[in-house]
Amino acid sequence: MTNVAFVALACGLIIGLGAIGACIGIGLMGGKFIEASARQPELMNELQTKMFLLAGLIDAAFLIGVGIAMMFAFANPFAG
Amino acid sequence: MASGSAPTSSEYVVHHLTNLNQTGEAQADIIDFSLINLDTVFWSFGLGMLAVFVLYRAARNASAGVPGRFQAMVEILVELVDNQAKGVIHSETSRKFVAPLALTVFLWVFLLNLMDLLPVDLLPSLWAFGLSSIGVDPGHAYMRVVPTADVNVPLGMSLAVLLMCLYYNIKIKGLGGWLHELFTAPFGNHFILWPINLLMQLIEFLAKTVSHGLRLFGNMFAGELLFVLIALLGGTATALGFLGHVLAGTAWALFHILIITLQAFIFMMLTLVYVGQAHDHH
Repeated sequence: MTNVAFVALACGLIIGLGAIGACIGIGLMGGKFIEASARQPELMNELQTKMFLLAGLIDAAFLIGVGIAMMFAFANPFAG
Repeated sequence: MASGSAPTSSEYVVHHLTNLNQTGEAQADIIDFSLINLDTVFWSFGLGMLAVFVLYRAARNASAGVPGRFQAMVEILVELVDNQAKGVIHSETSRKFVAPLALTVFLWVFLLNLMDLLPVDLLPSLWAFGLSSIGVDPGHAYMRVVPTADVNVPLGMSLAVLLMCLYYNIKIKGLGGWLHELFTAPFGNHFILWPINLLMQLIEFLAKTVSHGLRLFGNMFAGELLFVLIALLGGTATALGFLGHVLAGTAWALFHILIITLQAFIFMMLTLVYVGQAHDHH
């Protein structure tokens, strides 16, 4: 396998594996938020703010991985 | 880019990912402290001045009577940041400085992120046109207009937040108190635990700073790159490619509006939370 093939495979793995964690995390948190809203609708607005904040935190490592994978795809610093 | 022939897709993407520095060439090493990304400096400074000017105008023309739309908008923003600050930072004197800082950070990061919604080629092609009219080869006319998609800006901001945390740690707890906390939290005061505690504290500071900056960078870089890739669809110059470009671009731009605001809000919230944590005693 050529180096280009390895880089492409690596980018796919970084994005794919990161997406697994991020999506499961958001799913769990979103489920808890909906359950909490059903139990106590008066807290819904306050919890929604916190939910969006947590969504950003959960996505952080995944998006950092996406940034690194994109960098390897287009501006590979180890090439040549 | 060879003169006269169009760039390939990867050349187009790489061209849009290259910053304008004082050498005029793309950066060769990953880390090169001799280079300054002039386009990033220009846009971040200009938009920072715009943010400060907007807030200055609102404060200058603020009336105690029925507010106009502009004043009401700024008041909503100030109230949002103030509520978050009151919830997290429990010291009135610290809030006098940190709450306006959080407001500035929120507005500044939001404006920097907003540059991502401009069409990908708009400002770079104006820049290339301007450069070619004074005789410079447009293939070297690099211009990246989203400062937060350059890794230096978010990491610089999070480094400033780290310095503020260190300052408030020493101010609230005293240098001796803070050093004591460095060695005894989180596991307890026993001489075997001292190196473990110190290691955990250092890792905590490092991880908080790096993740604070890189979260914003990753979101904006990925968003900008996706816009460039969608623009490549339009570059196929077919009817289907153009339709795909418009549809995908619209959908992604609408989603990105949420991301822009959310990331600015998260950056501000984490600034407040980290400075607030410096006030807590373990």
